[in-house]
Amino acid sequence: MPFIPHTDDDVRAMLQAIGVKGIEDLFDEIPAELRTGRLDNIPPGMSEMAISRLMHTRAEQDGRPLCFAGGGAYEHHIPAAVWELTTRGEYYSAYTPYQAEASQGTLQLLYEFQTMMAGLTGMDVSNASLYDGASALAEAVLMAVRANRKSKSKRILMPRTVHPLYRKVARTIVANQGITLEELDYDPAGGHIDPASLPGEPGDFAALVIPQPNYFGVLEDVHALTDWAHSHGALVIGVANPISLALLTPPGEWGEAGADIACGEGQPLGAPLSSGGPYFGFMCCRQEHVRQMPGRIIGRTVDLEGREGFALTLQAREQHIRRSKATSNICTNQGLLTTAATIYMALLGPDGLEQVASSCHANTQALVERLCALPGVTKVFDRPLFHEAVLRLEQPVDELIGSLAAQNIVAGVSLTDDYPELGNCLLVCATETKTQADLDSYAENLERISQSLKTAGSPVAS
Amino acid sequence: MSNVPGELKYTKSHEWVRINEDGTLTIGITDHAQDLLGDMVYIEPPEVGRTLDSGEDCAVVESVKAASDVYSPIAGEIVESNESLADSPEVVNKDPYGEGWLFKLKPSDAGAVNALLDADAYNELVESEEH
Repeated sequence: MPFIPHTDDDVRAMLQAIGVKGIEDLFDEIPAELRTGRLDNIPPGMSEMAISRLMHTRAEQDGRPLCFAGGGAYEHHIPAAVWELTTRGEYYSAYTPYQAEASQGTLQLLYEFQTMMAGLTGMDVSNASLYDGASALAEAVLMAVRANRKSKSKRILMPRTVHPLYRKVARTIVANQGITLEELDYDPAGGHIDPASLPGEPGDFAALVIPQPNYFGVLEDVHALTDWAHSHGALVIGVANPISLALLTPPGEWGEAGADIACGEGQPLGAPLSSGGPYFGFMCCRQEHVRQMPGRIIGRTVDLEGREGFALTLQAREQHIRRSKATSNICTNQGLLTTAATIYMALLGPDGLEQVASSCHANTQALVERLCALPGVTKVFDRPLFHEAVLRLEQPVDELIGSLAAQNIVAGVSLTDDYPELGNCLLVCATETKTQADLDSYAENLERISQSLKTAGSPVAS
Repeated sequence: MSNVPGELKYTKSHEWVRINEDGTLTIGITDHAQDLLGDMVYIEPPEVGRTLDSGEDCAVVESVKAASDVYSPIAGEIVESNESLADSPEVVNKDPYGEGWLFKLKPSDAGAVNALLDADAYNELVESEEH
């Protein structure tokens, strides 16, 4: 069934009306060398039955492993009601509709989402979400450069403890606007940014990015860092894990004045891992910066008769009104994922979220203790952590990951490519989904495999 | 019929210019412009000390309908900005030629104002846009 409403007759009539022979003629002015031509590598379409079978077969290849990998996306228990409700017809739309105010239910839900995110981050306002954590950080960088009216700088201090992929995405998005991201190295003992190591005469920076927890799972000294940035004329962009905010001081309360922008990846709030997406990004800020914030913002208002209603607000910042001078090319949000997140947060409530966060922390502590009791496994950083830790191993990490995968265990994320100076290091995570038996299974398999690798003295597939 | 005071200078982009005794210029948007834009909700004035080229965008007036740039009528340096509009943007609607001024400029060439439109020429422009 074609989803294009025009019949061949319609197309012919329209082409005739504008005096063009064929659709191809409409693209005449594009030089031939810029055209892709036919996309021969894309296979022909499949029927629903065939594609369902293919995708199920591929999903089964994953083998439902025991997952100890985090690194930006986390396996959490999602109550069945979350997606049962999210996929109801009334909600099942990925978009804020173009005639937005006609969909009061969607707008109310997004308004509730914004209220919850503002509460969780301790910030004044939230937008209705962005694409994902990495692009949210890139947008936060662009926003900070616009919002910092005291500084003319287009330089951003970007610690190496920020997720490596976020840094890459941010660089890709901001580089052509003349914004530079200057890397800040971490303390080798703590795995954090040592506030004492920050430059005394840093020059002019538009903003400092502070991850909490950072990519290593380590907690940063957010208060000292925030105060340092503000006393040097820089804004503070907090990159936070939303689950951790149920336990940790929210960005809005960092230091004397709080962070200026808080952003991050929303996936832990009700979205399954599903091979990396779709996820959603969140972004909150202080009231004074709201006109520089990208994306949709839903407001609550009253109509002429005093009845409550919801409306898109501050749209003058957006590109359908401000065109090339809009705050961002983002004029949308991740509606479906934020619907799930809102229902997830509503079902768990503050106490439930805190329990999830506490269990993640406790399970990771227990895992680290269990694994570090094995010979040759050591914890790399001595600072407090949330729900991830960096472990150093004796054997090459990639081999161990491969061997454990054969036992249906996802051992963690290898740090050898992004942080070669750390040597054989693995980033591990145990969320609330892991039981004592799971931790034991990981430890027993790791011990056995390390042992066999050692005795063999060469790589062995177990 | 919008109000176009005879003693002011004007631009094609609907700014007005008052020549002050100390040689600085006070700049705002015309009655016609505020009428077209509708109720103001936010004014972003230029930063004091900024130097501008003629025609450079330097401020934003945001109404319920649109956000529009305000352009500097001539080259110069911003010497004062109407910060009170941050809390009361509606003043631009109520009193565009008085309390609703946007910024003061020290022109780099005092003679440049002569090239701007006078009230008659601006009236003609507005009428031609309306018809």
